[in-house]
Amino acid sequence: MGELKLMKGNEAVAEAAIRAGCDGYFGYPITPQSEVMEYLMAEKPFERTGMVVLQAESEVAAINMLYGGAGTGKMVMTSSSSPGVSLMQEGISYLAGAELPAVIVNIVRGGPGLGTIQPSQADYFQAVKGGGHGDYKMLVLAPASVQEMCDHVKLAFDKAFEYRTPVMILSDGAIGQMMEKVVLFDQIPRRTDEELIKQCPWASNGRPKTRNHNIITSLDLDPAGQERVNLKLQAKYQMMEKNEVLYEEIQCEDADYLLVAFGLSARICQKALDLARAKGIKVGLFRPITLFPFPAIEVSNVGNRVKGILVVEMNAGQMIEDVKLSVGCKVKIEHYGRFGGIIPSPDEVVKALTQKIIGG
Amino acid sequence: MTEEIIIAGFGGQGVLSMGKILAYSGVMQNKEVSWMPSYGPEMRGGTANVTVIISDERISSPILNSYDTAIILNQQSMDKFEKTVKPGGLLIYDPNGLTRFPERKDINIYSIEAADEAGKRGLSKIFNMIVLGGFLKLKPLVAPEFLHKGLEKSLPARHHALIPENEKAVALGKELLKAVHLVN
Repeated sequence: MGELKLMKGNEAVAEAAIRAGCDGYFGYPITPQSEVMEYLMAEKPFERTGMVVLQAESEVAAINMLYGGAGTGKMVMTSSSSPGVSLMQEGISYLAGAELPAVIVNIVRGGPGLGTIQPSQADYFQAVKGGGHGDYKMLVLAPASVQEMCDHVKLAFDKAFEYRTPVMILSDGAIGQMMEKVVLFDQIPRRTDEELIKQCPWASNGRPKTRNHNIITSLDLDPAGQERVNLKLQAKYQMMEKNEVLYEEIQCEDADYLLVAFGLSARICQKALDLARAKGIKVGLFRPITLFPFPAIEVSNVGNRVKGILVVEMNAGQMIEDVKLSVGCKVKIEHYGRFGGIIPSPDEVVKALTQKIIGG
Repeated sequence: MTEEIIIAGFGGQGVLSMGKILAYSGVMQNKEVSWMPSYGPEMRGGTANVTVIISDERISSPILNSYDTAIILNQQSMDKFEKTVKPGGLLIYDPNGLTRFPERKDINIYSIEAADEAGKRGLSKIFNMIVLGGFLKLKPLVAPEFLHKGLEKSLPARHHALIPENEKAVALGKELLKAVHLVN
């Protein structure tokens, strides 16, 4: 077993990046994710593994540093919170267009605008439906515990390189700030230059005489060429939909009613599930772990066995659209949300389930 | 066993660190724990609170609206959290600075004059450990040796010389605890 620690979610992200063999972190401070860079600066991975940690002059600079680093095949990461991630959207679209691997962590806070520093899940659409321009997707992971904050960093890097795509970890201020037990995986050495060239033959990191130039770009002025790029991207997203779906089912086997929630909301729903079952209401919980690719078939399979579904999110109703598209219209599907940094309590969820689904 | 605790007071009273020491001690004893702080503007001089859950099982929601135990260290927190204690649950408060005392009859209530005593003895920095001692007397969730390990883990190495003093404060807290109202 790996090293056992009590850590904040943000700290777990930072430590996991070092241990995954990350080459560079570029970021700009913003509450509630500032502990990511604070931890890295205190931990000095530049001494531990040679990893670069750099405070950029802005989020826009940070995401473009990611583009530059990723273009050379380096393993790079940034983190921010909602307003900062909005600033990064152009860069994310470019990363997707140029097919560059990178990990972006969003510790979501309440919006819109500067909003609040309290936790929220209102950036689901931005993460899953493409916050930047063009027909692109990111693989989006939604951790629900500090352990997953750690594990998802490793997974995100693996998938970013496997698919040559930006991967987003969509978390929230509460999971970023709370401490839980975490088992850290062992240090993976950073890749040597030879290993990097072998893994990333496309990287633009100095041309040996044995090959032509590698060009990293998202620009192709020939429409036929740009259509080919788009078709290639779409094929990649279909592969992700086929192979990368992750989800968790809790007590769904005998459920009459289903809660669907991701991240922190899923933790709250788990408590709500216990409270409801103590009252004799058979409730199950379906938790998507990948938000793109969305576990459409899986939620449909469970959803079509129950009498009603309540989607619980810390937003005004975003993932519910994907649940409805997946499950179809034979089952009643309602939403319960709190906004602007308010976290729903387990009791509220049971009440909403009773009023909107069971009684409604 | 699952114990759901809210610790609430002013920023600077050591509310978050008390929770952290308790959580770390739980980890040392191989329990599941979660530590969920209020963060942001609240902790910069206003009220601060932390939810600590210690359990033998996987912890579901880290955020709760009712608790087995509330440890309350100022008036605002009394107003906010007295009503959140589960019936039959436990409320521990420091009367220092309070103008309204708890009124519920369906919970066990204890007071601990930790601020006053810490002030007299010049121990104001480990006031929170006195309070923690009072709590651990009633709910011995973590054994003393694991508390020691929890202190080692949660305090920076430069403060390890102060661990014996912290443990003395815990012992003092056990003596200072007074029952105010007991169910049955």
